[in-house]
Amino acid sequence: MDFIARVLTLLSGDPQADRAVPPTGYTARLTLLTSGAMAFLAVFALALSLATGRLADRWSAELAQTSTLRISAPADQMDAQTLAALEVLRTTPGVADARALDADEQRALLAPWFGPDLPVETLPIPQLIEVIADGTGYDTAGLRARLQAEVPGAVLDDHTRWREPLVEAASRLRLLGFVSILLIAGATGAMITLAANAALAANAQLIRVMRLVGARDIYIARAFVRRFTLRALLGAAVGTAIGTLAVLLLPSTDAAGGFLTGLGFQGWHWLWPLTIPILAAFVAFVATRQAALRTLKEQS
Amino acid sequence: MIELDNVAYSYGGAELFSALNLQLAPGSFHFLTGPSGAGKTTLLKLCYGELIATGGQVRLFGQDSRSLDRDSVADTRRRIGVVHQDCQFLDHLSVAENIALPLTVAGQTTQAADLVDLLGWVGLTRQADQLPPQLSGGERQRAALARAVIMSPEVILADEPTGNVDWEMSQRLLALLVELNKMGKTVLIATHDISLIRAAKAQVSARVLRLKDRRLQLAGADL
Repeated sequence: MDFIARVLTLLSGDPQADRAVPPTGYTARLTLLTSGAMAFLAVFALALSLATGRLADRWSAELAQTSTLRISAPADQMDAQTLAALEVLRTTPGVADARALDADEQRALLAPWFGPDLPVETLPIPQLIEVIADGTGYDTAGLRARLQAEVPGAVLDDHTRWREPLVEAASRLRLLGFVSILLIAGATGAMITLAANAALAANAQLIRVMRLVGARDIYIARAFVRRFTLRALLGAAVGTAIGTLAVLLLPSTDAAGGFLTGLGFQGWHWLWPLTIPILAAFVAFVATRQAALRTLKEQS
Repeated sequence: MIELDNVAYSYGGAELFSALNLQLAPGSFHFLTGPSGAGKTTLLKLCYGELIATGGQVRLFGQDSRSLDRDSVADTRRRIGVVHQDCQFLDHLSVAENIALPLTVAGQTTQAADLVDLLGWVGLTRQADQLPPQLSGGERQRAALARAVIMSPEVILADEPTGNVDWEMSQRLLALLVELNKMGKTVLIATHDISLIRAAKAQVSARVLRLKDRRLQLAGADL
């Protein structure tokens, strides 16, 4: 409560104290522009982080439950081996469902490489069976042994080979997103510190006069801190609004179906950007306060 | 109130003065004179905590200035009104706002009637809403004096307050300082204007100190 009261006091300010420090044009514009641009970038870093997080979770969940059985056999044995494999899968504990992909589905899988009108029926391509595990999963080694005995042309791919790198890559992307946000916050702090130092240097005479009449350091610092905090809050709010709008206007996943088009927010995640202006204001508050108190100490 | 005990001050390896003793008793009136560069302004700065003595002890209201933290120095300055030769105003604030600045930074409310009275006392009622650069030299000095006394300080330190004004205005400023002294304020004026000192001695019991050859001496009857 005390913290909230102090924040409200800072935001409401002291009109008399505010009058004492004249507005400085270019540092004001620099702070507004910097916090706005950084907030814009932070929205995308946040969207990337959240999207890759969702992607990692989805891939991890989906791929952990599905696997593919590939049957390579002469054309006259293909149907028999497919039926045999389905029978093996039906009687395997831990397999919830298994179904052979029909010609249209196989054609759709190959379409990105061969186009939409591929005559899959005339090509010696393997038959694919999608295997869905139940919550407990199945014994992969046991299933492979049974398939080797009963369906010699079957190869079980439980996706482990490429699932793990994909999930790891997505997790790394999520981490990179968060690191980017931290770097953006750090860069914002550095730039606001520079702007605050410039403002303090430009107001050296004002500081001398304020001290002469008995102003404490914290009183002088507060006048600068409040101004920079509010500028950062305003700039970041505008940058966040524009960034969020840009994310909103990205093509939807449904329309384009690609990985990158999944970048964005879903559900309550749309509330996350609201934290960016608050974070920017907090960074500005800390950066300006440190810069002001350090400068005032050095000037004494 | 303000005591300097065997004080020395060096700057850049050179000793400006040493073995300096001074006591500003409540209600006293002192002049500090001496040639340019003798250290009058430095001595005043030691008296309001702007500088720290390199030797000896400066006690401000009983406290060693060396032991005061930054907030305490600020609080001490609220008990000492300072008038500089160059006045030092905030040029974007009006004369009235500049005069009320000590109250503002102390978080105290400015009573409009008191401010009007103070402006009237220094003869700046009509200039209240003007900006400092619009004032003449004498008006600036009077505004600086008004700012120095608005907190009703116990001590008033003035550094060449008549340096930039004509004789008539210097007499007017002196009259204000004498009036403050008669109200019980301790006054120390640094000046090289001997005629001002002579004029003052006709109105008030003032001690005249001379800073010369790195020592503080009591000036004799030649003044």
